[in-house]
Amino acid sequence: MSRKIVKGAEAMAIAGKLAKPDVVPAFPITPSTTFPEKMSEYVACGELPNTEFVPVESEHSAMSAAIAASATGARTCTATSSQGLALMHEMLFIAAGMRLPIVLFDANRALSAPLNIWGDQQDSISERDAGWIHFYGENAQEGLDLMLMAFRVAEDKRVLLPTMVGIDGFVLTHTSEPVDVPEQKAVDDFLPQYKAEHCYLDPERPTTVGAFAPPEYYMETRYQLDEAVHSSGPVIDEVFADFEKRFGRKYSKIEYYGDRDAEVVFVAIGSLCGTLKDWIDEHRAKGQKVGLVRIIVYRPFPFKELKAALANAKIVAVVDRSISLGYGGPVFSELAAAFVNDAKRPLFKSFIIGLGGRDIKLNDFENIYNAASADLKAGKVNEKMHWVNINKEML
Amino acid sequence: MADLLAPGHRGCAGCPASICVRQVLDAAGPNTICTNATGCLEVMTTPYPETAWKVPWAHSAFENSAAMASGIEAAYKALNRRNGTNKKPNIIAFAGDGGTFDIGLQALSGALERGHRMLFVCYDNEAYMNTGIQRCSSSPIGAWTTTSPEGSCSSGKTQRKKPIAMIAAAHDIPYVATACISYPQDLKAKVKKALSFDGPSFLHVFAPCPTGWRFPSEKTIAMGKLAVETGVFVLYEMTDAEPMKPIVTVKPKEFRPVEEYLQAQGRFAHLFKPKRDEVTLKRIQEDVDRKLKWVGLKP
Repeated sequence: MSRKIVKGAEAMAIAGKLAKPDVVPAFPITPSTTFPEKMSEYVACGELPNTEFVPVESEHSAMSAAIAASATGARTCTATSSQGLALMHEMLFIAAGMRLPIVLFDANRALSAPLNIWGDQQDSISERDAGWIHFYGENAQEGLDLMLMAFRVAEDKRVLLPTMVGIDGFVLTHTSEPVDVPEQKAVDDFLPQYKAEHCYLDPERPTTVGAFAPPEYYMETRYQLDEAVHSSGPVIDEVFADFEKRFGRKYSKIEYYGDRDAEVVFVAIGSLCGTLKDWIDEHRAKGQKVGLVRIIVYRPFPFKELKAALANAKIVAVVDRSISLGYGGPVFSELAAAFVNDAKRPLFKSFIIGLGGRDIKLNDFENIYNAASADLKAGKVNEKMHWVNINKEML
Repeated sequence: MADLLAPGHRGCAGCPASICVRQVLDAAGPNTICTNATGCLEVMTTPYPETAWKVPWAHSAFENSAAMASGIEAAYKALNRRNGTNKKPNIIAFAGDGGTFDIGLQALSGALERGHRMLFVCYDNEAYMNTGIQRCSSSPIGAWTTTSPEGSCSSGKTQRKKPIAMIAAAHDIPYVATACISYPQDLKAKVKKALSFDGPSFLHVFAPCPTGWRFPSEKTIAMGKLAVETGVFVLYEMTDAEPMKPIVTVKPKEFRPVEEYLQAQGRFAHLFKPKRDEVTLKRIQEDVDRKLKWVGLKP
């Protein structure tokens, strides 16, 4: 293990290199561009002697080439962000439907319009229905580790699903942090070469890949795909445990931070949890009880873990860094729905924060906490969605 | 050689796409992997759980047959290095004219420029046939389609046909050719030549569609011949030794009148009935003459 100071996007590229992919088709887009730059450099300098870097002409072709390469039996990864992920949208569903274990690094960024290159999670959260496994890191180290684990999970014979790893644009991708880089040998042992058995294009064994399914077959394929995403859960736990054993860093589908018996509990994803943890520390020091549930695995949705973690909560403040326009926070709506049939359930309150790179400050969490606490005291949730730190004078 | 595309698929009677594939695969042989854009060919040959393909075949979407082919080629390069093998299957991307001229043009351009060892075969039936005969940039002047209808204010498609082989050749790639299913020897020779290059090649195959062009299904081959004999479609090839210089491979002794070709198809019927549309007929003749001049068949 060596310690390096690198920006988050480079940490993801280092993970990509350690995984020794066979094929990397990629198209640059801010703030993920470091990934294709570094991967092409590793190939050019002989550090990835077997890898084929394909400088495609669009993200749509990046995912198309990734699908074809993976269907040929190659370990395949790529990276993108925002509009790039949106352009891949069509192919994301196809990658999952074809059960191809492609790994994708997404630098989480806002979607146009207006054009905005800064961080939020609208891009990948909008792809939650595609059949991919979703991992989200809080810092560069987690990004690197989750990326390595993504290959193991995706390629597991019990899973065979594409997997994306998100870290927040700029706040993580462009911030230098100390990162422990595992030794290549240790990664090789953790992540053996990919040997495709279910799908590979080979004239010695002609197969048809990507046939169309009429109504009498289609629905069963979707059923099986849904089941596959759900049942990847235990494999993810297993891979997290094996990673901890080998590399010493512990991962779980969700992380609980703070007081277990807190009445007000935050739920959030990604880098904002780092700031939130600081705020929680300050408040605990003052004797207040506060908790945070950070979602690391968003698909499969960790129903069981979330219910257990929120068993004591009186009100859950769901802080979404994306929005389903015309409804509200996507994590809020999914989490609330997960509890809808439970006799005993906490109140849920929706907050929208940090869209398009709007700074997220300690004071924002103070305001969220106060609003949630007031509702709890009133015993009734003010249903109006809270837009945190919005400039009302501009509206 | 046994057909590498099995009979019994769901193509229309007289379908030129399956004839095209059979000729291409006959020349390429079994050591071949195909990709296929969404379209008639894909739909008629692979309704799950059936397939007509006896070679490995992959489809994912409409606009990306070339990107798929580049992924397969890259995978073979990497896996050969990783496994110490030297497998070099032919990689052939199939697409209709929609998946080539229009929605697939960007992915095609990218793949041609990147220099993948692959052959892209466009079977051109001059409209979006799979969705029911809509105009394409491949549709010729005057052609009726369901989105270029004839009527009191319209005489079918107004615009010229996009010169796709020239566009492919402008990528400065090793080999570009046009072919027609009615000339199988010429087509197969071009496939073999294309596959001999260690880089990208492009084959534009003229594929008369009885369903979309409104002619009897037993006339598919005859219609292709008529297109070549009237000069509507010219069979030629180009290499990067002399970029953009077409060398004609099938030269009719003399050209038959273009109207013979037009009158044989229902999609041009409005040019003759109820009265002759002299303006459009003149435009079509001028367009044919101009393109014959372009390839050196007319002074």
